[in-house]
Amino acid sequence: MSDIGFVRTEMLPEREPPASTVGALGWARANLFSNWFNSILTLASLYAIYAILAAILPWVFSPTWNGASLNNCREILTAAGSVGDHGTSGACWGVIRERWIQLLFGFYPSELYWRPVLAFILLGVALAPVLFSDNVPSKMLIFSALYPFIFPWLLWGGTIWGPIAALAGFVLGWVVYSAVSKTMSSLMGIVLGAVAALVWWLLLSSYFTGALNSILPIGIEVVESRKFGGFMLSITIGVVAIACSLPLGIVLALGRQSDLMIVKYICVGFIEFIRGVPLITLLFVASTLLNIFMPPGTNFDIILRVLIMVTLFAAAYMAEVIRGGLAALPRGQYEGADSLGLNYWQAQRLVIMPQALKISIPGIVSTFIGVFKDTTLVSIIGLLDPLGLSNAIRADANWNGVVWELYGFIALLFFIFCFGMSRYSMYLERKLHTGHR
Amino acid sequence: MTTLTDPPKEQFRLSMLLYDTRYRSATIQVIAMIGFMLLAAWLISNTAQNLAALGKPIDFGFFSEPASYDINQRLLDYSSRDTHLRAALIGLLNTLVVAVLGCITATVLGVIIGVLRLSNNWIVARLMTIYVEGFRNVPVLLWIVFIMAILIETLPAPSAFRGDNATASMVLGDSVAVTNRGVYVPEPLFSNSLGNIHLFGESSLRFDISLDLMAVLVVLGAGIWVSNFIRKRADRIQEQTGDRPVTWWQRVAVIVLPTGLLLVLLGFHLGYPELKGFNFSGGTHLRNSLIALWLALSLYTAAFIAEIVRAGIMAISKGQTEAASALGLRSNKIMSLVILPQALRVIIPPLISNYLNLTKNSSLAIAVGYMDITGTLGGITMNQTGRELETILLLMLVYLTISLSISAVMNWYNESVKLKER
Repeated sequence: MSDIGFVRTEMLPEREPPASTVGALGWARANLFSNWFNSILTLASLYAIYAILAAILPWVFSPTWNGASLNNCREILTAAGSVGDHGTSGACWGVIRERWIQLLFGFYPSELYWRPVLAFILLGVALAPVLFSDNVPSKMLIFSALYPFIFPWLLWGGTIWGPIAALAGFVLGWVVYSAVSKTMSSLMGIVLGAVAALVWWLLLSSYFTGALNSILPIGIEVVESRKFGGFMLSITIGVVAIACSLPLGIVLALGRQSDLMIVKYICVGFIEFIRGVPLITLLFVASTLLNIFMPPGTNFDIILRVLIMVTLFAAAYMAEVIRGGLAALPRGQYEGADSLGLNYWQAQRLVIMPQALKISIPGIVSTFIGVFKDTTLVSIIGLLDPLGLSNAIRADANWNGVVWELYGFIALLFFIFCFGMSRYSMYLERKLHTGHR
Repeated sequence: MTTLTDPPKEQFRLSMLLYDTRYRSATIQVIAMIGFMLLAAWLISNTAQNLAALGKPIDFGFFSEPASYDINQRLLDYSSRDTHLRAALIGLLNTLVVAVLGCITATVLGVIIGVLRLSNNWIVARLMTIYVEGFRNVPVLLWIVFIMAILIETLPAPSAFRGDNATASMVLGDSVAVTNRGVYVPEPLFSNSLGNIHLFGESSLRFDISLDLMAVLVVLGAGIWVSNFIRKRADRIQEQTGDRPVTWWQRVAVIVLPTGLLLVLLGFHLGYPELKGFNFSGGTHLRNSLIALWLALSLYTAAFIAEIVRAGIMAISKGQTEAASALGLRSNKIMSLVILPQALRVIIPPLISNYLNLTKNSSLAIAVGYMDITGTLGGITMNQTGRELETILLLMLVYLTISLSISAVMNWYNESVKLKER
């Protein structure tokens, strides 16, 4: 065929892509200036970033780290020449340098700071096998199990026999359970074990503690609750509420999903009631009403009362999150577990809960974050959390009028904690993601 | 031939209550019920004993006593001689005001931010991510006091508006004054007013209905109804003949003309705030506490709503868009007929639960001194009367009622938009 005039015998060399589609220019064209609307948005955002930074950066970088009072800061700023329209334009960081330790620990005795610090370091150790189960030996879980007894003892102090007596109750209950369940039935074991532990805690343990304390007085200095404050208080409330609300929430969620009508309605009523009222009203209950509900003469600690109410509050939200996870599981998983001959608790433990909890991780973590943020509300009933302390600091004549520095510092610390938790939940989601997508 | 014999009749034994699945659930429920009732009885008897010891039996009589405190931001008339019940009502209305304002603002902001976060503009998407993470990870109480501090510290005092060399000036054509004592906005006034209807006489629940406002609303509603009627007629004509008559000017006219005429007849005008002495007078005064609470709740909740909107839009698979364009729909029709109805199904339930959260968070008003129901009933009234049990239980009941009504609406809506499956 001769009507094919021309056939190329060799490939043309590859040409460079047009300069407007590669490199920084191409990226900017595609991502910043793809059309007129995007260009306007980009320019507006750039201007907004400039305006915000121009307002904030000179304020942040102010040479007032050694300011001893607000007036002193103003003098330093005036000497440095940064005076704006409304007086001085610069932060007074002296207040943070002087009071950061108070914002962290409240009025906790300064010679005992090692105790909360140690408690929170040990918290990390105890959480490690739970949070990073891949990299930490599971033997560490024994320490995690002991930690709930160490934590309050380190923070509040007192005799060491108190937490040991509490621990002994669990040991006693377990011994009774295993002895009875071998000879009689496992149900009787559970009942008798619980009864033994309750009898120990309610009737015997105080004699035990008193007796051993008089023989062998080992203990550390007692710190009263009213000295607690700052981020230590927030973290304590947050950690306890989070740790207790998860199991309670699981029980409530199972109760709500249960076929047993009365159990179900009790759980639904509890969950909907707690979720229907603001936390602040529950804290009012903690501060004024809880003592009225208890037997006459009971007067227990304000932090303990707050802990109870915050835990109940968190548990209701947790229950709803976990219920979502349970509802998202296909019916076949329940039926599969049944067909394997597993009983209710075995099925929950081995088949349902691992999957349901995995599905609900984002929700669980955002509940955690919410609870941690909500601990600031205790300042309204007069506890000295960071926000409460910021008012106390401003009551000092030296720092009367310092606002932004304190709020900024508190906000930054909360941001670090909450943002860290949300990143961890993303890591966990990726790690546990076993689907095939 | 074999015959089946009846299985031996089982004798009922006590252990069957536990080990026979037929009876076990009943046993557990009875035990749970007994336990629950014992707990309730224990709590109630404790409460009764404690209250008897304190010498204050449950009594709501304090509601008819004079409250003798003032509420500066209010919708209805109130003076310190009014009763505690009136104060609680004012507080409840204040809660509802800030909740409604907050929900509207948060939705608008949240939708804009959520859409912009999905934008293909790199810098805008990053900025919105920073906004969302920043607001979500800092407690709302901190935002409330922070914004309150901004309002008080950075805005000009009313005295800055005075004199020839004033350092501050009113905005929006001299109609709005933004000061550190609050914002003064123009108020609607009617010179030929029809008057008010007084309801409930002089009791604590009294309130006035403005006939002017009712008349305007009725006329406006009627206009919208007629406009809808015109649209339906146009639809019918289009279905019959294929041609759609041009009706937009008719539809606008039936809404705007009668309403405008009524407003002119009633002598509608705006009352502008004016600087008199040391402060502004005239206009409506929105106090700092209201503005701070409103802004903080809106900005905080908007961060959550933005995430919901983003998730809702991302939940609709790309195939839906492609299928719709394969049907020949234009892009605005694709959005309104295909994407939005499906995305809304994902968005609405968490959106409403965020409205619920906003309403509950409005109880933090107490931190900035805005007198909502927590500040009146659960705050000053409780402290003045010493009736902790009654006030807090009532306070919880009020919030519970609000929450349950919102969730009832949510459930009703969920049912109506749920995918009708097999």
